[in-house]
Amino acid sequence: MRVPFRRPALGSPLQLLLLACSFALAGYAGVRLLADDWFGVALWLVGAAVLHDLVLVPLYAGADRALTRVLGAAGHRDWTGYVRVPALLSGLLLLVWFPLISGQVADRYRSATALSGDGFLSRWLLVTAALFGGSAVLLVLRSLRLLRLRRARKQRPSAVH
Amino acid sequence: MVCEPVRGVSPAYGRDMPRSPSSPAFWRSPLRGPWFTSVLGVVLLVGITVLFVTGLLSYAAYNPDLSPVNDQTPDKGLLGFYLFAWPTDPSWLYRLTQGTHVTLGIALIPVLLAKLWSVVPKLFALPPARSLAHALERLSLLLLVGGGLFEFTTGVLNVQLDYVFPGSFYPLHFYGAWVFFAAFLAHAVLKTPAALRNLRHLRHEPPYEEGELVSPNPAEPTVSRRGALGVVGGGSLLLFGTTVGRGFDGPLRETALLVPHGGPEPGSGPGAFQINKTAAAVGIDARETSEDAWRLVVEGNGRTVRLGRAALLQLPLHNAALPIACVEGWSTSDQWWRGVRLRDLAALVGYETDTAPDVLVESLQRHGAFRRSALRDNQVRDPRSLLALFVNGADLTPDHGYPARVIVPAAPGVLNTKWVARMTFGDL
Repeated sequence: MRVPFRRPALGSPLQLLLLACSFALAGYAGVRLLADDWFGVALWLVGAAVLHDLVLVPLYAGADRALTRVLGAAGHRDWTGYVRVPALLSGLLLLVWFPLISGQVADRYRSATALSGDGFLSRWLLVTAALFGGSAVLLVLRSLRLLRLRRARKQRPSAVH
Repeated sequence: MVCEPVRGVSPAYGRDMPRSPSSPAFWRSPLRGPWFTSVLGVVLLVGITVLFVTGLLSYAAYNPDLSPVNDQTPDKGLLGFYLFAWPTDPSWLYRLTQGTHVTLGIALIPVLLAKLWSVVPKLFALPPARSLAHALERLSLLLLVGGGLFEFTTGVLNVQLDYVFPGSFYPLHFYGAWVFFAAFLAHAVLKTPAALRNLRHLRHEPPYEEGELVSPNPAEPTVSRRGALGVVGGGSLLLFGTTVGRGFDGPLRETALLVPHGGPEPGSGPGAFQINKTAAAVGIDARETSEDAWRLVVEGNGRTVRLGRAALLQLPLHNAALPIACVEGWSTSDQWWRGVRLRDLAALVGYETDTAPDVLVESLQRHGAFRRSALRDNQVRDPRSLLALFVNGADLTPDHGYPARVIVPAAPGVLNTKWVARMTFGDL
């Protein structure tokens, strides 16, 4: 073999060129981004990715797995979506609007805008209640429909099972 | 039918779940696969491009190259290459571009999170690099993911007035956008062809997929890929529906349930429309705005003119129906302003109205980044640009800038200086 063993591969030259251009631009903006508080900004940039991939994703994936398992054990695996969807949507609203919902910016918000900063928690709870309520209604409707189908089948014993 | 579990694909994985996330079988969701990732990727390709362009427009709308007082990023260098004189037509221009920027950004959050979830196994893939190009691509992905989350997080925090990020919002969000976009561009060039290839199956989601994201040992599905996309879209729709109303007055704003500047208007009467900073918040004392104490100083051409409110009322007064649009993405519908044209004030110190120059406007307010701001000559010359004394048929309220405020069509809210004390006309 003439080719030296385990010579490091370069990869596509076009890809290398593209990435070099990308890093040049990112570097040009990056030194300006890091100019004031380089450590704080770098911590936020890397921390955002780490926090998302190693904390947020395992957290909601784990919660989802637990939900599927609990409902599966209770024999209601088909209910998963009826709990998962409202929980996901409500959690999404909480994630995005956490500073408002938690009330941590309420004083600043009121002083700057002359609007009340206190209503967000109750509004989020109301939206959450509406989401779960709507989901429950859909589940009941579906159960009723299934029940009716089953009864209809019983009344027609010739129907193919 | 979707995502049939692939049985017995590799006995090596056994029945036990692998402990290491670097093993493909660790990831068991039957949703992951090229089709799911490609749909989300193409949505983000379009969405983030719109966010970047509207963001650049917002940056230009501040006219940062006009005067240091407008420029929060004096070290921008080449990144300001495209700057242009921000127009005054149509008057709802900034309302539209910035409303789009913030509302779309909020609505894209579920898509971003779903996209990141769909590719998370790749983060742990081994070996770390197959080639130099692959190693650099993975490094670039850190900028892409970190930069993307940084941009979305700083934006979402800023609109909620939660200034916990390390520095001033403007430079962080602006330079951060360029870092993110550099990585985004490389990623888009590398991945878009494959994503579009995958999307040829858009109408008929493939029942069986192969690819690095497909779990070799998938769990039994509880939802179809189409259903999962529906949930992501539902999340976007929910965020959009509870946000978009804050770009309008009255009942529409009431539909913006969970968002700053949503819900009911502040107070009642002619001044009951949105306020960015109240008089109390920036330290305006009622004594300094009183009829006796307040004087507007107009300078330029080496001349100085001092006018009280009564003297201003003797000048020709004009009406203009103009909105207020904030960088935070909220805006008001048109309000009826009445006051003195900026170009008529320039005429007081000897400028022809059709060749009126730029102006530096200074407020009584003690603090705040834009207590001094500059307007360009095209903004000064527009007949709808006013030093307003009235709004909606009544005196300005203290929170809307009594005794006098600037209102300019299509300008970002902070350039519509309130509690104006001094105007210096001349080329900046």
